[in-house]
Amino acid sequence: MDLGFGPEFDGFRAEVKQFLAENWPPADGDYKSKENERRFVLAAIDRGYLHRAVPKRFGGSEQAPDIARAEIIREEFTKARAPSGRIPGTGKLVVPTLLEWGTEEQCAEFIARTLTGEMRWAQGFSEPNAGSDLASLRTRAELVGDEWVINGQKIWSTGADRATHMFMLVRTEPDAGKHDGISYLLVDLRQPGVTVRPLQQMTRLPEFCEVFFDDARTPAGNLVGERGKGWYVTRSTLKHERSGIGGLTWSLSMMRDLLKLARETQRNGKPAIEDPRIRTELAAIDGQLMSLTYSTYRATSHAVHDRDVGSFSTMPKLYMTDLAQRIGKLARDIVGDDFVDMSGPGKKWIERFMISLSMSIAGGTSNIQRNLIAERSLGLPRDARGGSK
Amino acid sequence: MNFLLSDEQLALLDALRGLLQDKCDPRHVHEIFDGDGSYDAGLWQAICEMGIPAIMVPEELGGLGLKLIDLAIAAELVGEYAAPVPLFGHCAATIAVALCGSAAQRERWLPKLASGEALATLALGEGDSRWLPGEWEIAGEARLNGKKRFVPHGLEADLFIVGTASGLVLVEKGEGVAVERLDGADRTRSLDTVTFADAPAEPMPGDEASVARSIDAAAVLLAADAFGGANHCVEMSVEYAKVREQYGAPIGSFQGLKHQLSNMALAVEPGRGLYWYAAHAWDELPEKARHAAAQAKAHLTDIYLQATRDTVEAHGGIGFTWEHDTHIYMKRAMLDWAWLGQPEKHRLRAADLAGW
Ligand SMILES: Cc1cc2nc3c(=O)[nH]c(=O)nc-3n(C[C@H](O)[C@H](O)[C@H](O)COP(=O)(O)OP(=O)(O)OC[C@H]3O[C@@H](n4cnc5c(N)ncnc54)[C@H](O)[C@@H]3O)c2cc1C
Repeated sequence: MDLGFGPEFDGFRAEVKQFLAENWPPADGDYKSKENERRFVLAAIDRGYLHRAVPKRFGGSEQAPDIARAEIIREEFTKARAPSGRIPGTGKLVVPTLLEWGTEEQCAEFIARTLTGEMRWAQGFSEPNAGSDLASLRTRAELVGDEWVINGQKIWSTGADRATHMFMLVRTEPDAGKHDGISYLLVDLRQPGVTVRPLQQMTRLPEFCEVFFDDARTPAGNLVGERGKGWYVTRSTLKHERSGIGGLTWSLSMMRDLLKLARETQRNGKPAIEDPRIRTELAAIDGQLMSLTYSTYRATSHAVHDRDVGSFSTMPKLYMTDLAQRIGKLARDIVGDDFVDMSGPGKKWIERFMISLSMSIAGGTSNIQRNLIAERSLGLPRDARGGSK
Repeated sequence: MNFLLSDEQLALLDALRGLLQDKCDPRHVHEIFDGDGSYDAGLWQAICEMGIPAIMVPEELGGLGLKLIDLAIAAELVGEYAAPVPLFGHCAATIAVALCGSAAQRERWLPKLASGEALATLALGEGDSRWLPGEWEIAGEARLNGKKRFVPHGLEADLFIVGTASGLVLVEKGEGVAVERLDGADRTRSLDTVTFADAPAEPMPGDEASVARSIDAAAVLLAADAFGGANHCVEMSVEYAKVREQYGAPIGSFQGLKHQLSNMALAVEPGRGLYWYAAHAWDELPEKARHAAAQAKAHLTDIYLQATRDTVEAHGGIGFTWEHDTHIYMKRAMLDWAWLGQPEKHRLRAADLAGW
């Protein structure tokens, strides 16, 4: 067990710092420019700092897994407020899925352009009548010549109005069983057969969309995995959606914000952070966050050394959801009266209070996560219906 | 950088698990629990022969010269098996002697504590939630007067490490030491009230930082015990849910219960990383150690107590009986929760230590 970096990493940290000093902020000082961000990310990939798990031929930097180096990069990039290279929205799920299931051609066509932000993705899984029971989906695709022709409707698709492409599940074998008739397709959304209608969320932001397909088309070669085997491909997408790796950074930054709020808000003439009840709850949340942090380190170390991490593997998403909701509630208590004012000083926290609820829905509801923990990690009997197929 | 147990650590766990499987099955724990309140001398001797109490004693004094993480993972197993042995008080006191004792005190006691030839314990609590340095009111240097409460296995101990207004002192059993056994909830780890009346005492020269560090180690050991116990409660409840049938099906197939069990596992399992970290920080990251120990003690003991309550619920009527294991774990959880101060106390300390 060793959480220190050791002197052998000092040189590496110095190199990373040097790189950042030379490349960020950009020469013209415009750190909001997309073009500057793109150039920075490419340079960082070139140096082996970002997208380390992606092969070079697909635009990544192809580095051996090394949690110490990855952590140093994360720390130094965060300190310098440099772009993290994180793929926005659900696009981050398509890259590992393609690496696992895609053909050489598919990887070459889609991954590099996703890393640079040229392709932006939406996830097309849910339908009006297929939510938790995803495998009951009905959107169809038929192979006509060398194209798939798609008809049906997807819903709750985050960012579909800004996306160029969608990875989606469609029914291609109408006569096969529920799970066996599904295929995984990649589709260009910029075509006449596709209509995207943004839906306003309770936060007031139009973050997700309905997407209608009327004879929309995609090349036969955009099928990922085998025909009728899309359910298995999906499982690897969902695994990434639930692994919560990126979520730790997010949880840590929520905690920092919460502390700032507690310091800056006055309560009975004193900073809220001095109120013993709030102070105790802050520490309790921090205890939960530390548990998540070090269990994530443990899980990563186990993965790198090919050891089984045990029951924690099904837990990060639900743990993070609970944590986010606990943070949301304490923030509510601190914000106090202003909790009714959508434009007041509590605005950000009112939004987060709501967004923390979306975490218990999107990517599989909390009840579905509990089914997964019970069935996959604890080995309890499978539910004939809502189980973890 | 890695956050894994080494092959040596895994081997140590294997050996200790083998011993506990052999000598500490639940029926045996019940026998001790229902006995006279003393610990299981045979099991304790076997644990000593395996070198567990020697883990943190320096090699030149008959120990293994290993780290708190090594001892903590052993404490987890002892918690898992609810082993009725004085490991906690003895090892925490041994660490205090190693950190705060004079050369003479260390030479005189550590070899005997490492081998288990002598039994030590920590006398810290004074009631009214006074557990920590700065809170102790009992005073006296060459002669100690006053009362300490909740002392683990005071009746059997040869050596008391006592927290006083001027630091830690060392008192041997005998002259001026009266011990009265408490009607303790946790009969796997009996607690005593110890009254010192002009008892001959030797001050220990360790400074404030070493005293604090000794207390932190005790907190981490409680957290490790709590994790082991809580994890066992999850396993016990899950196994029962697989075999107990109602309505013609295993109760573990009913979603209401499945979700309760998932919630238990979700509360408990991530705590492993926290107690590992607290032990590791104590060993290697001194500036993080105090905060981590306070957090681990607060979090894990809170989780443990709740997990034992959920376990009773998951077992139905059988879980509410004296015959079942559930109450033994609940009572160990009560001790882990209360000893050294409640979670809230440690959370407020953690907040101070984090500089909030
Ligand atoms: C903010 C947000 C973003 C989203 N983004 C996307 C996206 O980009 N792409 C996409 O495809 N989808 C997306 N979704 C959709 C999301 O995946 C679904 O909403 C989710 O899977 C639940 O489906 P549903 O809404 O139909 O609810 P339902 O499945 O109808 O669930 C309703 C309630 O019933 C419970 N329930 C259902 N089945 C069971 C069971 N077997 N056992 C116990 N309880 C059960 C659920 O837990 C829930 O509480 C998003 C959702 C949200 C909120």
